[in-house]
Amino acid sequence: MPTPERFSYDVVVIGAGGAGLRAAIAVREAGKSVAVLSKSLFGKAHTVMAEGGIAASMANVNPNDGWKVHFCDTMRGGKFLNHYRMAELHAQEAPQRVWELESWGALFDRTKDGKISQRNFGGHEYPRLAHVGDRTGLEMIRTLQQRVVALQQQDKAEFGDYEARIKVFAECSASDIFMSGDGDSRTVSGVLAYWRPSGQFITFDTSAVVIATGGIGKSFKVTSNSWEYTGDGHALAMLAGGSLVNMEFVQFHPTGMVWPPSVKGILVTESVRGDGGVLTNSEGRRFMFDYIPEVFKDKYATTEEEADRWYTDPDNNKRPPELLPRDEVARAINAEVKAGRGSPHGGVFLDVSKRLPADVIKAKLPSMWHQFKELADVDITLEPMEVGPTCHYVMGGVEVDPDTEAVAGVNGVFCAGEAAGGLHGSNRLGGNSLSDLLVFGKRAGDAAADFVEGRTPGAAPEAEIDAAVERWLAPFDVPAGENPYTIQHDLQQVMNDLVGIIRTESEMEEALRQIDALKERARHIKVEGGREYNPGWHMAIDLQKQLIVSECIARSALTRQESRGGHTRDDFPGMDPEWRKVNLICRLDGDSVKVTRQALPLMHEELASLFDTGELSKYMTREELTALGREVAQA
Amino acid sequence: MSTSVTGIPQGTRAQLGVKTLRTDRWWLQPLVTFLALLAFVIYATWRAFENEYYFSEPLISPLYSPCLSTSCPEGATLFGWTPFGDWYLGGLAISPALFILIFPLGFRMTCYYYRKAYYRAFWQSPPACAVAEPHRKYTGETRFPLIIQNSHRYFFYMGLIFNVILTYDAIIAFRNAQGEWGHVSIGTLILVANATFLWLYSLSCHSCRNTFGGRLKHFSQHPVRYWMWSKISILNHSHMRYAWISLIIVAGTDFYVREVAAGAIPNLYLF
Amino acid sequence: MSYMAKFRLWRGDNGSGELTDYDVEVNEGEVVLDVLHRIQATQANDLAIRWNCKAGKCGSCSAEVNGRPRLMCLTRMNTFEEDEVVTVTPLRTFPVIRDLVTDVSFNYEKAREVPAFSPPEGLEPGDYRMQQVDVQRSQEFRKCIECFLCQNTCHAIRDHEENEKAFAGPRVLMRVAELDMHPLDTKDRREIAQDELGLGYCNITKCCTEVCPEHIQITDNALIPMKERVVDKKYDPITWLGSKIRTRSSSK
Repeated sequence: MPTPERFSYDVVVIGAGGAGLRAAIAVREAGKSVAVLSKSLFGKAHTVMAEGGIAASMANVNPNDGWKVHFCDTMRGGKFLNHYRMAELHAQEAPQRVWELESWGALFDRTKDGKISQRNFGGHEYPRLAHVGDRTGLEMIRTLQQRVVALQQQDKAEFGDYEARIKVFAECSASDIFMSGDGDSRTVSGVLAYWRPSGQFITFDTSAVVIATGGIGKSFKVTSNSWEYTGDGHALAMLAGGSLVNMEFVQFHPTGMVWPPSVKGILVTESVRGDGGVLTNSEGRRFMFDYIPEVFKDKYATTEEEADRWYTDPDNNKRPPELLPRDEVARAINAEVKAGRGSPHGGVFLDVSKRLPADVIKAKLPSMWHQFKELADVDITLEPMEVGPTCHYVMGGVEVDPDTEAVAGVNGVFCAGEAAGGLHGSNRLGGNSLSDLLVFGKRAGDAAADFVEGRTPGAAPEAEIDAAVERWLAPFDVPAGENPYTIQHDLQQVMNDLVGIIRTESEMEEALRQIDALKERARHIKVEGGREYNPGWHMAIDLQKQLIVSECIARSALTRQESRGGHTRDDFPGMDPEWRKVNLICRLDGDSVKVTRQALPLMHEELASLFDTGELSKYMTREELTALGREVAQA
Repeated sequence: MSTSVTGIPQGTRAQLGVKTLRTDRWWLQPLVTFLALLAFVIYATWRAFENEYYFSEPLISPLYSPCLSTSCPEGATLFGWTPFGDWYLGGLAISPALFILIFPLGFRMTCYYYRKAYYRAFWQSPPACAVAEPHRKYTGETRFPLIIQNSHRYFFYMGLIFNVILTYDAIIAFRNAQGEWGHVSIGTLILVANATFLWLYSLSCHSCRNTFGGRLKHFSQHPVRYWMWSKISILNHSHMRYAWISLIIVAGTDFYVREVAAGAIPNLYLF
Repeated sequence: MSYMAKFRLWRGDNGSGELTDYDVEVNEGEVVLDVLHRIQATQANDLAIRWNCKAGKCGSCSAEVNGRPRLMCLTRMNTFEEDEVVTVTPLRTFPVIRDLVTDVSFNYEKAREVPAFSPPEGLEPGDYRMQQVDVQRSQEFRKCIECFLCQNTCHAIRDHEENEKAFAGPRVLMRVAELDMHPLDTKDRREIAQDELGLGYCNITKCCTEVCPEHIQITDNALIPMKERVVDKKYDPITWLGSKIRTRSSSK
């Protein structure tokens, strides 16, 4: 077996989406060398799919906005299960991160006075999302990509080599993280990856790794996520000794396309609702008025008249319930369809055609118009869209330190973006993910650069490299076995049917049994063909990670006996303040996943003072309220 | 991104062995363009050399206006201005059309739309998208002679002068054969249409768009030029359409004037 | 609703390969990429396809369908007759890695030759002010999803591999136009566009625009305006003189 090609970098960033690139830029700006591993081509990461915008309280449109309001919205959206410190840092630093993009060439839509325009979005009290039409993610990834190129040009001028200090390894997937040393000094020593085009392995000697691999959605059948979203980083962190937090919280975006079948799950941006689109059922009723939950009663309009007035006069009217947080809208759509009031293809109607003139729709929602026209042959300026929930995002993720994004208990591994858990609590607000990528991508990159200061890059252990390569190549050598496509398809079906938007104990127990069976089948995968650009083989590798992460989701979901945000239990329909205090932590124990409970840190009084006692008491226990110095009336 | 030794297998392009795999009628459009342009070139060449039947009071053919030779009929000249006198070649008088046609011809030859049209239809570079071109070498417009295409804006400026003259021709066509104003003939309408579409063709030009506003970095600081740029941009969308319509009308106008001047048809007056 | 279609796919690597026939089921509402995935899952596990979002937003699944450069995810099957053979081949301008996947690193190397955005010295993040009318031209170009169909289709390199050194291609030249029209960019890239990136190779035959899945008016809004700006700088004595006088008077 030939020895893999070998490189040495101060920091290796796994993932080239928003978080990965932002981290890499931070590392390079700190003067360290960095390799960015990108599963796809450079600039194709899933971040391009983000449509609505980047949430940042710049207060360009409504001067009442500020980081404290953003913080409160984020906590409310996450049903107070968020790590308060992450929510605080996120709200404070998001504006600076957005402005920085502008100084790298991003061209956001503008306000009249030439500032960055901001739009309304579900769960955000004020217009807060910096955007470019409905292709904000593309703008962000391109800006970061071009920033990387700008830094490479500087290096070219200084060292004569574009890639002297920052190199993007495109179509290169990380398969293993190696750790060396014992006890507390056990630290990262390297990363093993394979080039997708050639199928050759490549080793990176390094002492710091930033995981920025995004989400897990490809384990569900109906999803807005691309093939890349197989939870690689989650699994790599666990295999390195880290843990995942609150993996039961999976966001089902309320509006995915439902027809034709081949595009089922593809996202319909929330801006359709922010800009005036309404949800109706087969009876033509705006059903969201029937689903405003108690905790949000005083924040949303209760009549269509008031809701309609809000679009033009948001200061004096309450917002329409179509803009409730995503979990509420997804559940409402699910309930309408179950009650037999769905659209012909099993969704509900989302209509802008009757509410906005055609040219306004095309100007405000160009890529949506485009998407429906090209993919579904539907003209959204003339007819309503059919939409239904689609697996979109995982709130849970790798457990990290809020300030440095260091993975808990693993020296030298950092994690940012969707792969990391904590910020969004039980439910993420739209627009908060792009800002998450920037804020914590930078923090992770800074912390990784700090971490390697004064260290020489580690050396990946030869024996482990050889063992790993042999293990990944094994499926080529078995004479006959399972088809990886079939196993992935079956896993998606299990997760969709049994661990989907509404969950029950018996179904999740069944899911775990089936996942066990799939793990067994996955040990007997046969890969056809050779190593060069072989998607079947790549899937066989990804599947190992998908299975670990899917088990985490199912096991955590089974453990949490309440309904909150992106986790809805049919058998435990209410929110339980006792459960709010609990983080569920997943760790690997040999081949299987163990879930343990851990206390969620209570926010300090200064932050708590931003909420009134009435609101806090909807979420918190008496003891917590007392600890925060609140007078609580006797029940 | 540099190609890594092991990262990307060193390969060559897919060798398909055919010019194109397109199954649609990709050859139709270049063929139609070729025939139409060829027909115009043949007709215009013949007419330019004919040196006859280009004026019939009050109508003048656009191919001969302004008529700058001494041999031009009195009414066909611009206020009697004949700077060229009469030139002869081998005993034959050089047609007055030949002194002026270089400008409208140059404008159209260097026009961004016509360049596309004849590069595709005549030079087959390429004949259609994703259809291989027959040439072994290609340097585009990087060197002589094609680098001259960059002079398009000067032909555009000259074209504006011609538009003014042809508009004047259309205005004086609101007379009858006796020179009395206030009459409209079929010829009047044709000359008006001719001038109108020449203006639309010129104003929708890419160089015009650049000159009036396109070259600016900050539209917000030049509201008037931004307004002009916006309107020109709308016209520019239809530049191809105006190019064809104006070309056909120019030829048609000339033909009508010729037939009238030759006495083949009368120039009917509406009033 | 479903029927059996005939597909002919280019299979092979390093330039040697051949068209291989597949009979495959097609269902209502499907696109070419769906059908290729079905072939991959059921008949040819190792069929190499590059794709990501399957929604026309990432620009990964570029290929040539019946000889026309397309995104496979945006090529609906109902645009073909049921008995029509659908031939899918890799992008012709780039070296084949395997099957339908090509090595597009050319485009990234060229992109690196365009000098990056250069904001005015001393302008702090947060202090940027730009008017919508001033950003909208560049915004159109930033819709680009880098599918490289324009790069693939442009005959200047498609039919003339030898021009790859001298000509950067429409996508890259559009990036130059984008920066040249950026209201806060301070760098003049007109000479680089002409002399180093080969703008003169463009003979505006508009195939880049024809194949752009984002419907960006590459030729009319980026390349021709860029050519005109180059003329302003290099070939037009009057504009050149005018700009000299203006610079002098505004520097007073």
